[in-house]
Amino acid sequence: MKRSGAFPWVMMVLGLLFLYAPIISMMVFSLNNSRLVTVWDAAHSPTLKWYGELLQNDEILDAAWLSIRIAIIASTGAVILGTLTGVALARFGPFRGRTLMVGMTTAPLVMPEVITGLALLLLFITLQQAIGWPHGAGFITITLAHITFCTTYVAVVVQSRLAGFDESLEEAAMDLGARPPTVFLRVTLPLVVPALVSGWLLSFTLSWDDLVITQFVAGPGSSTLPMVIFSKVRLGVSPDVNALATLMVLLVATGIVVSAIWMNWQNRRRERDAQLAAAANL
Amino acid sequence: MALNKHMRGQGVVISVPMIWMILLFLLPFLIVLKLSFSEARLAIPPYAPFLEWVRGLPRPVLHWNNYAFLFTDPLYVASYLYSLKVAAVSTLCCLLLGFPMALTIARARQPWRNVLLMLVVLPFWTSFLLRVYAWIGLLKHNGVINNLLLWLGVIHQPITMLQTDFAVYVGIVYSYLPYMILPLYANLEKHDPLLLEAAADLGARPFKAFLRVTLPQSIPGIIAGSLLVFIPAVGEYVVPSLLGRSDQLMIGRVLSDEFFENRDWPVASAVAILMLVLLVAPIMLFNHFSGREIEAHK
Repeated sequence: MKRSGAFPWVMMVLGLLFLYAPIISMMVFSLNNSRLVTVWDAAHSPTLKWYGELLQNDEILDAAWLSIRIAIIASTGAVILGTLTGVALARFGPFRGRTLMVGMTTAPLVMPEVITGLALLLLFITLQQAIGWPHGAGFITITLAHITFCTTYVAVVVQSRLAGFDESLEEAAMDLGARPPTVFLRVTLPLVVPALVSGWLLSFTLSWDDLVITQFVAGPGSSTLPMVIFSKVRLGVSPDVNALATLMVLLVATGIVVSAIWMNWQNRRRERDAQLAAAANL
Repeated sequence: MALNKHMRGQGVVISVPMIWMILLFLLPFLIVLKLSFSEARLAIPPYAPFLEWVRGLPRPVLHWNNYAFLFTDPLYVASYLYSLKVAAVSTLCCLLLGFPMALTIARARQPWRNVLLMLVVLPFWTSFLLRVYAWIGLLKHNGVINNLLLWLGVIHQPITMLQTDFAVYVGIVYSYLPYMILPLYANLEKHDPLLLEAAADLGARPFKAFLRVTLPQSIPGIIAGSLLVFIPAVGEYVVPSLLGRSDQLMIGRVLSDEFFENRDWPVASAVAILMLVLLVAPIMLFNHFSGREIEAHK
């Protein structure tokens, strides 16, 4: 496409600058020797001392471990529930309760987190009074809350992936005598694998990152990583948080690039298979 | 197709997530609604029971006091209005910045298109909290921006940027920008370039062609993106807590303070319900548009 003018490109560059300037400044200052985060101590920098301090901070390490465990369980649960939801919405046509299901998968995407957090906490307290479970707030309540809000994201990803393929593949399998569970396992599931991978990763980051909902349902005993970071930075900037942020950004960037390459490779392989199949039919 | 067994399998697939979402999404809101009509008490839990037993029959007790309280204390009304204003201004800024970006991505050639898309989405995958925190270092009195401007000689006194409305706008636009760009991109990408060529052949200048061809087609994307920013921004908690003013709170912070600091659960619930009432129309609109427009999510 030509003739789109220079203006959109100028905005693009400004926009990317806006998106990346804070991250880059944070990375640079994580190497700063001074405790005064924004004053560059040229004599003693760059230094890795905040990274060293980070690795000795038990509070942060414990919180990170808790967050990792929650994120793994929550994203796995969310992938299961989200896949069922996505398949139902994309493949089952109109069914009773579909409108409700659509509403319950799109509304949580935009629902302000304070409302969801308050509602879930009140649910857990009510349940505790009624049936004595879950016993106290903590690991279980956080995980249940995270599964719930991650599910909707997975459902959207799976549904849009399935919308990209028409149902003729499944119908062909049925015509050849495959029963519905076989069709699901052998045809539908392989189609959505990329969506499951990105849904899982998305859920992991959402769970790993969530502060507001977690703060409501966490109870006094358990602090996830975002909770520890938030209580630290509320008191002002701290250089070890810069170091932590840099590590997280680098980790995520690596993950994204690797998964993009993997997806690309998958797509190429599929195209090649399609070409081979077409060639075989000639 | 419509075999009985088949239908039973479908029933399982539908009902498992359905039951989960009813239990953990719908039911909690009913509890909030119920609690908003209760009376606060100094007890555990800190509210009065909702049902009163009259001659062996349960009867709900509705206290409107919590709602009346929200309207009599100007603090709450001011917080609601301030939150709506912040969300509206931020959404507009997101749109003004995000639209040209989405347009550039949609019109870029491959592999540039994928690279740009990835650059826009990448920050979205890193910690939201840490990205907002990064702005403190930039906006502070002796922060990076002030130091840079002083060094360049543009200003002679540091500007106060942190703990202002400006900082909140920056923080919200920054953290929600990808939510605006993705649905817009999904929409713009589907436009037929032939229409623009036809407009050019008929003598329309690029700007006019944009106004008459591109813009009208992209309205569903604009609406979906704007709602995806506006609705959560109204209840935003982290950005105003880290970057915002301390003399004017946004409603999300008020709710959280009511719950955790004052331990007034019924008033906190009423704050939440009133926020939902304000947002119910935008949420329904979003449900209506999202089916088509977040298809290309990620």
